[in-house]
Amino acid sequence: MREDQLHEPDQALHVEDLTVSYGDTPALWDIDLDIPPGVMCAIIGPNGAGKSTLIKAALGLVRPVAGHVRFLGRPVAQMRGQIGYVPQRHSVDWDFPTNARDVVEMGLYRSLGWFRRPGRDARARALAALAEVGMQDYADRQISQLSGGQQQRVFLARALVQDAPILILDEPMAGVDAATEAVIIALLKRLRDAGRTVIVVHHDLTTVQSYFDWMVMLNIRIIAQGPVRETYTPENLRAAYGRHLALIADPAGAAP
Amino acid sequence: MGLASSAIVQTVLLGAALLGAISGMLGAFAVLRRQSLLGDALSHAALPGVCLGFLIAGGRNLGAVMLGAFVTGALAALCMMLIIRRTQLKTDAALGIVLSVFFAVGVVLVTVIQGQGGAGSLGLMTFLFGQAAAIQPADLWIMGGVGLVALGLVLALWKEFKLVSFDPDFARAQGFRVTLLEAVLTVMVALAIVVGLQLVGVVLMVALLIAPAAAARQWTRSLGAMVGLSALIGAGAGAAGALISATTRGLATGPVVVLVATVVVILSLLLAPGRGLVWQAMAARRARARISDGRVLAALQSVARDHDDPAHRVARGVLATALGAMPAPARLAALERRGLIRTAHQPPDPSPHWELTEAGHAEARALSGAPAEPSR
Repeated sequence: MREDQLHEPDQALHVEDLTVSYGDTPALWDIDLDIPPGVMCAIIGPNGAGKSTLIKAALGLVRPVAGHVRFLGRPVAQMRGQIGYVPQRHSVDWDFPTNARDVVEMGLYRSLGWFRRPGRDARARALAALAEVGMQDYADRQISQLSGGQQQRVFLARALVQDAPILILDEPMAGVDAATEAVIIALLKRLRDAGRTVIVVHHDLTTVQSYFDWMVMLNIRIIAQGPVRETYTPENLRAAYGRHLALIADPAGAAP
Repeated sequence: MGLASSAIVQTVLLGAALLGAISGMLGAFAVLRRQSLLGDALSHAALPGVCLGFLIAGGRNLGAVMLGAFVTGALAALCMMLIIRRTQLKTDAALGIVLSVFFAVGVVLVTVIQGQGGAGSLGLMTFLFGQAAAIQPADLWIMGGVGLVALGLVLALWKEFKLVSFDPDFARAQGFRVTLLEAVLTVMVALAIVVGLQLVGVVLMVALLIAPAAAARQWTRSLGAMVGLSALIGAGAGAAGALISATTRGLATGPVVVLVATVVVILSLLLAPGRGLVWQAMAARRARARISDGRVLAALQSVARDHDDPAHRVARGVLATALGAMPAPARLAALERRGLIRTAHQPPDPSPHWELTEAGHAEARALSGAPAEPSR
């Protein structure tokens, strides 16, 4: 298959035969996956299921043993500016000497190109992105002085400022307060309704049905994928998490 | 002859300041990327290269020495990378192994060369702990050249270096050549080390990378300020250390530079506004005082309410019982100065009583309605 030909262009994310291993333990095994454009998709699975590895492999941050990945039909290298990525909050040192606006401007560095510095236009766009996540009053605040939820919003703003059609978030709701979670979800739903594709690594099974319309269940292999309505079933949940989950995972009980 | 007019002292001062500035600038990035110990391993690993340079050039030739140091330093970095990738060992273990093995080889070579005697061994020891007086005017050109290249790269690739130092994963996802950028930063640190060897010595070189950055971080709120201040502190520590050592017979420069830099670090850790220990202790004290004052006001108001008399005078024992302990006289005096309470006497009782003023009542109401915001 040639690189300049579109492969599965009708899928926002298309993954085929993807296998990743750390040493001799497979982290992901023979993943086949399609996420259509315009959905808000949860990637769920137990700890160690390979959720973060999956998106890191999709973004080219982890080298797969086998398989290929396409975003809207193109390899990730051709789609860099069109994918907004929100890494896990704990992946960086928040004692870095900088403020919230500066971090958001980092989302524009790529479009600036080599050697050029962000100017007045970048500043305005960063402030607008901060306002979108309700952080306009904290633009000049040192990032070490932000709460966990505020740091997460800054990270989200850094992805938003790129104005990308595809957004990928790694555990954005981990360790944030209820207010921040509500802000993030409302914003993501708005983006989805505006036609963006939102892919979220998510850990809270009880909110999957109310937040998302598409889901991928993962435990090293793909357990199930599709619209939440058809995929969020006791059988699938048991297959992904084991039989002890029956109580939490009753779809009827958790329905919105 | 005045100190500054001596050509030798001028050379030494300029060289030490240049080197300190380069190390400070690059050290800021190394510290933020948590790579300070890599600098330690690289500088120790430079020793065998220094010796090989001596052997091949047959004496103290700065070019040969620097080339040798750079080659074995790079070899050490490569070994470390291989150990981390190919074995189960973690970074700290790999650093320890590589550092000690290369340093051991270096010390063996030093003793071999000294055993041979002759002109070749003269000046070798200065590379262990540094000797600022050994800096030649010609060396300044090399230092200046390295400094200019480093400064140029940092200015040209400023936003890329910032992004890679803060969030390399995001940088990679954005399509930046992260491996290349990290390699450039590491090579520049190696260059700074190689240039600084004869001044500070392989053993203590790492302090000139870490100390200025650690001190600068305390005082600054942006990367630009941190890198700039770190370079300034490095230049100052280098110049001061070189001056002390060059004017005192037989005092190795490295330890003196490190001690000067350490004093700056300690002062910064203690005194810097916001992050300094003294500053934080004072902030905690203020917070405690505010809380205790609030409790005094609340107790006085509650007793006054019990008596249905806003101007009720509260006896010492009553106040102590309401609070669990008598507040410090200084706190009561402070409240009185702020016009929130008034000392009064309630004859025939000779002991002091306290009553809330109008302002005191208002403040107590405000405190009970809206608790003071935690200082952030």
